Amino acid sequence: MDLYEYQGKELFKRHGIPVSAGRLATTPGQARSAADSLGSEVVVKAQVLTGGRGKAGGIKLADSPEEAEDHARAILGMDIRGHVVKKVWIEEASEIAKEYYLSLTFDRGEKKPLFMFTTQGGVDIEEVAEKTPEALATLHIDPLAGFQPYHARRLLFAAGIDEPGEQKQIAAIIERLYAAFVAEDAMLCEINPLIVQPQGRVKALDSKFTVDDNALYRHPDVAEMRDLDAYPAEERAAREKGVTYVKLDGEVGILGNGAGLVMSTLDVIAQAGGRPANFCDLGGGGDAEGVVDALEVITPDPQVRSILFNIFGGITRCDEVARGILEALGRLEIAQPIVVRLDGTNAEEGRRLLAEAAPANLHVEETMLSAARRAVELAGSAA
Amino acid sequence: MAIVVDTGTRLVVQGITGREGSFHATRNKEYGTAVVAGVTPGKGGADVEGIPVFDMVADAVAETDANAAMVFVPARFAADAIYEAVDAGIETVIAITEGIPAHDMLRVYNYVRPRGVTLIGPNCPGVLSPGKANVGIIPAEIFSEGRVGLVSRSGTLTYQIGHELTQLGIGQSTIVGIGGDPVVGSSFIDILEKFEADEETELVVMVGEIGGDEEEKAAAFIGERMSKPVVAYIAGFTAPPGKTMGHAGAIISGSAGTAQAKKEALEARGVRVGTNPTEVAELVADAVGARAG
Repeated sequence: MDLYEYQGKELFKRHGIPVSAGRLATTPGQARSAADSLGSEVVVKAQVLTGGRGKAGGIKLADSPEEAEDHARAILGMDIRGHVVKKVWIEEASEIAKEYYLSLTFDRGEKKPLFMFTTQGGVDIEEVAEKTPEALATLHIDPLAGFQPYHARRLLFAAGIDEPGEQKQIAAIIERLYAAFVAEDAMLCEINPLIVQPQGRVKALDSKFTVDDNALYRHPDVAEMRDLDAYPAEERAAREKGVTYVKLDGEVGILGNGAGLVMSTLDVIAQAGGRPANFCDLGGGGDAEGVVDALEVITPDPQVRSILFNIFGGITRCDEVARGILEALGRLEIAQPIVVRLDGTNAEEGRRLLAEAAPANLHVEETMLSAARRAVELAGSAA
Repeated sequence: MAIVVDTGTRLVVQGITGREGSFHATRNKEYGTAVVAGVTPGKGGADVEGIPVFDMVADAVAETDANAAMVFVPARFAADAIYEAVDAGIETVIAITEGIPAHDMLRVYNYVRPRGVTLIGPNCPGVLSPGKANVGIIPAEIFSEGRVGLVSRSGTLTYQIGHELTQLGIGQSTIVGIGGDPVVGSSFIDILEKFEADEETELVVMVGEIGGDEEEKAAAFIGERMSKPVVAYIAGFTAPPGKTMGHAGAIISGSAGTAQAKKEALEARGVRVGTNPTEVAELVADAVGARAG
């Protein structure tokens, strides 16, 4: 789960990492009073779960509460890479002498947390890694031994930080970032930029914080930070029903059991000349109720012109899925043609049930490839 | 021989008195796996379909000589269960449980690895050596005995490919589901290494998906260290960046982890990559010289 900048900063603050004072606003009026209470110059920052805010005009400096209000009016409602801005973070403006970069990620290959630190902050880190890899200090931490003070020294010396005041402050931030990473079950903690002010004070000017969904049960306060409005309506509905769903751009609705098989089904639809409308995984269930729930998520999408069920029965029984499909057809108004392919456990029984009921608009296919071709064909003719 | 599980496997099932645990322990036993014990703290002395239940894994090992453990306990207790199995001297741990926090697995992995224990999963369907042993939830009837090794990050996709192989008359030595989480106990390379050393395996099918760089690393390993042919499949060519596709690990971030990059890395090492499960089975048939029907 990705957190907004202001939420990440709240966690930074909790773990002793210095950030600027700020307040959240959802209206231009709130932005004005936030700026008023913070005093002096402020920055109005769009809160969206995507990068590229600055370039899109989502970050503006304001000299007065009136100006903060004007900027908030312009930024709220702005579309940044498909994300509509609903909140702005009003923060004390900071003078910047230097911009560094510090992050801690989950290195899946090494199976260890990985620190990255460079004095070339404020830019895209992938670019730094590619163009000047020698400027990027990296260090893996053994999760069993945990953080040791020399880890911070190593990063500082490798990056060439020689000013004692900076060394001391950044060493503390590195140690606290590790503590935050472990304590909050983070998958990513990134500070870009980590700034040094003209008077020498170091603080986090931005935050990127991702928390492991599987660990949210240990962090009810973080779980509550989830902003359901940030997700498309269909994904919200799916989440409520416990169906794994991702909206895509095409016209063939997809339903399958198991993430790998569903991904493979999307690919096969593309190979057959169609475009998948969604990723939808029934999971291990696939009972009547699960099938109805999933169809309720998929069918309201106006882009969906045909639906493909691709089920490989393992623990999931195909006769159960067939019953679910028939029940869904009885309970829901489904306009789109449905193509069904069943294989594996009790597939013959499932196919027999569907053949006997023989509902209009339902097409049973023998193989994954023929089913994909049929679904693409039906999506085309329904256009 | 086969790999990971075989006729020498003596299995203890952790979480055997739960609904899933008892169902699959019983199924695995019916298949012919030596399911010698179960563990549920506080239920020692009971039995599940004739399988004795112990309070601790160490008790089960002492009484029954169990050498492999299958973990079915709920996610928040699963890391604890794996540590317990390893400390009791278990050599092979297969964790089926899904939803284990990634930081828990990070610590578990770094604890288990230097001890030489084989950890498969978590969030995986388990391991099946047809005709020998089945540990986990893989439906054995889809597969048949033979000489093709199969390793995959995904459950049902593995079944699909196994089904296609079986229809072409091609049997399998061992099917290993390594799981779709960001941190899994065994990587593709770990399993490829075992298949390379296994006398009963003559070809390996590797089923990958988007996210991470395990397939790319496997490609390098295949090029440098494997004499046996490998056929691959990668799912997720149409997946958009930034969206998790069901598995916690299946996500494209930036330019990393795309299906195209994985396919190219594999092909550069001479691995044939099928574009769909049917084609994968055909490539295997081509390589082993089997005929349809």
